[in-house]
Amino acid sequence: MNSAVFHPIAPRAAPLSEVGILAWLRRGFFDGWFNSLLTVFVLSLLIWALPPVFNWTIWNAVTQADNAACRAAVGVGACWGVVAEKGRLILFGRYPFDEQWRPLVACTILVVLLALSCLKNFWRPSLLLAWVLVYAIFFGLMRGGFAGLAYIETERWGGVPLTLLLASVSLVVSFPLAILLALGRQSHLPAIRTLCVLFVEFVRGVPLISVLFMASFILPLFMPQGAKIDVLLRVLIGMTLFTAAYLAEVIRGGLQALPKGQVEAAHSLGLGYWQIQRMIVLPQALRLVVPAIVNTFIGAFKDTSLVTIVSLYDLTGAVQLALGDADWRKFFIEGQLFAAAIYFVACFAMSRYSQWLESHLNTGTRRQ
Amino acid sequence: MSAPPPPKRQWSWRSQAFRGLVYQVVALLLLALAVIYLMSNTFANMRARGIQSGFDFILGPAGFGIGESLFEFDSSQSYLYAYFIGLSNTLRVALMGLVLATLLGTTIGIGRLSKNTLVRGLCASYVEVTRNIPLLLQLFMWYFALTELLPPIEEPLKPLAGVFFSKNGLQFPLPVWAPGHWGSLLGLCAGIATWRLWARHARQHFEATGITKPVLLPSMVLILALTTLGWLLGGAPGELDIPEITEINVVGGGALTPEYLTLLVGLTVYTSGYIAEVVRAGIQSVSFGQHEAAAALGLSRSHELRLVQLPQALRVIIPPLTSQYLNLIKNSSLAVAVGYPDLVSISSTALNQTGRAIECIGLVMLCYLSLSLITSSAMNLYNRRVRIKDR
Repeated sequence: MNSAVFHPIAPRAAPLSEVGILAWLRRGFFDGWFNSLLTVFVLSLLIWALPPVFNWTIWNAVTQADNAACRAAVGVGACWGVVAEKGRLILFGRYPFDEQWRPLVACTILVVLLALSCLKNFWRPSLLLAWVLVYAIFFGLMRGGFAGLAYIETERWGGVPLTLLLASVSLVVSFPLAILLALGRQSHLPAIRTLCVLFVEFVRGVPLISVLFMASFILPLFMPQGAKIDVLLRVLIGMTLFTAAYLAEVIRGGLQALPKGQVEAAHSLGLGYWQIQRMIVLPQALRLVVPAIVNTFIGAFKDTSLVTIVSLYDLTGAVQLALGDADWRKFFIEGQLFAAAIYFVACFAMSRYSQWLESHLNTGTRRQ
Repeated sequence: MSAPPPPKRQWSWRSQAFRGLVYQVVALLLLALAVIYLMSNTFANMRARGIQSGFDFILGPAGFGIGESLFEFDSSQSYLYAYFIGLSNTLRVALMGLVLATLLGTTIGIGRLSKNTLVRGLCASYVEVTRNIPLLLQLFMWYFALTELLPPIEEPLKPLAGVFFSKNGLQFPLPVWAPGHWGSLLGLCAGIATWRLWARHARQHFEATGITKPVLLPSMVLILALTTLGWLLGGAPGELDIPEITEINVVGGGALTPEYLTLLVGLTVYTSGYIAEVVRAGIQSVSFGQHEAAAALGLSRSHELRLVQLPQALRVIIPPLTSQYLNLIKNSSLAVAVGYPDLVSISSTALNQTGRAIECIGLVMLCYLSLSLITSSAMNLYNRRVRIKDR
């Protein structure tokens, strides 16, 4: 008679710890042979690449505007002196040197208001008034011609103020146009719908450069005889039409996301078409697409660099202009990196803001 | 009892249909008035400035040279042919850019989802840096790097034997065409044909019996083997045209100019950042339940990726990928800033010579519109294949 003998299985090892720095290292860097290989590869790449980059950008860099020292450091260290020497030309373009406090003040006000407009607490009708006021101050300061300020023609505007001006004005002016285009594309009237579709698809099908060429070569032909149209204004018209087409598609996305019941309910309340759009549709649709609108603004901000090609000197163009002289030609890349850093900070901040908006704006309609 | 007669539709001034008609007529009238006004201004201006109009210039001699092109061009040939050269240059850089940006973007996009923290961080910073700096500035930087920072032609970088990389661009060996290469081409065609036949056979076999047969690996081996066989049968021609440095420049082999390289690298890097985000979003859109279900069915990791994840991710990826492709094609027009003779830059030369702004810009817009239409319809065709089949 056999009695069953109890053979316990040997106890398993305790599971690997999931907390602490060792676990983090294992999870993130050495999780399996492939991952470990990747880590070793990337680490060796970084060890190979980072020290020369560090030496060039920081350790051996020349920070004084000293051309001789810079020339001595070519290939070894960066010449940030070029920024010290040409910084104002890069930032303000061909604006007269002695008057450059004006674009500085104008830009500061605009950027401060832009930052304030990002805060939800300030989203009220008086913000609109503030924008009108700030634009008036901006143009007044930049243009001058009153109260002892010298008149500066628009051809001489440049650098950061021009970039800000082109991006923000084209977005603000194209906004109402884009709403009309988006509504028109959803309209039941075939002629209006066709016109809107044609415009939007046409503009989105051609490159911005061709629109800018059109603005600078063909627009003057459209004017009545004798009437002159300013270069800046021409480019602004071109950029506005271009931005409007893209913005219209963004807004159409919001319109399509709205449940049909909203419009039907509004109809049953006896509201008319424009009342429905103003009070029911647009407030909801626009709220849905605010993050996408910020992304469109980022696009417009980067696209302003193209005005360089039709000889307006925005930030990108001002860099090319500033570093053109023989002494500093060798240090183009430092100047361009400086401009790139400005663009990067601005665009990165805005894209983070748009992500933040996305998670904070529509909390009311999202189910947990 | 008869049904009540249907209510007679009453016509009224206040009916919606009538008002709609009025709005449309008014809108069209306003548009027509605006067009007439602008046209009359334009004609008056053109008369006053003595500007010629019409497309009659298009067949006349262009009178300017083109720096680089796939086809022979000299200044006595027509503007039309110059436009054609420009279009071919645009396509040359855009198509190559599409392929490279897709490959690089997909790699970076997958890298952003890696379990490895270092890889994830590296890919994320790549995306942020490339997307947040304007393309034009990036192009200027690449152009400066490729034309100023590289060593001069006398002492080029030699990353591989026979490859020269210098301020004068990239020179590389090209195989010389020999009749024996027909054998390799024939072998390649035969390989592809066998692959298609084998794939069809495997599918039918699967549908009939439910048993899968390997397709990808055997067909790759087959194609390679048949091509090599054809090459050997053709007498194994192996002559290469290797570039050589002379006193003043490099002769022989294939060559890419710094302008072309600038544009190609700039467009690829900029667009790959966007494509990486598209790919990442597509992969993330496939819900985790799909992975669990695939695991429950006992699918291997590679089967799961190919049969479950990829088809669903592609549905989300294709539409935004199309718009990135369109952006790349349109952005290739920035060639004008670095002096690559693309469509826009040839058209602006033509504009400066003839003064016919409307015609030149109109032609450019027409070309880009057609390119956009062709690209989006091709992508739509592909999209129809991968989207959900409603039954």
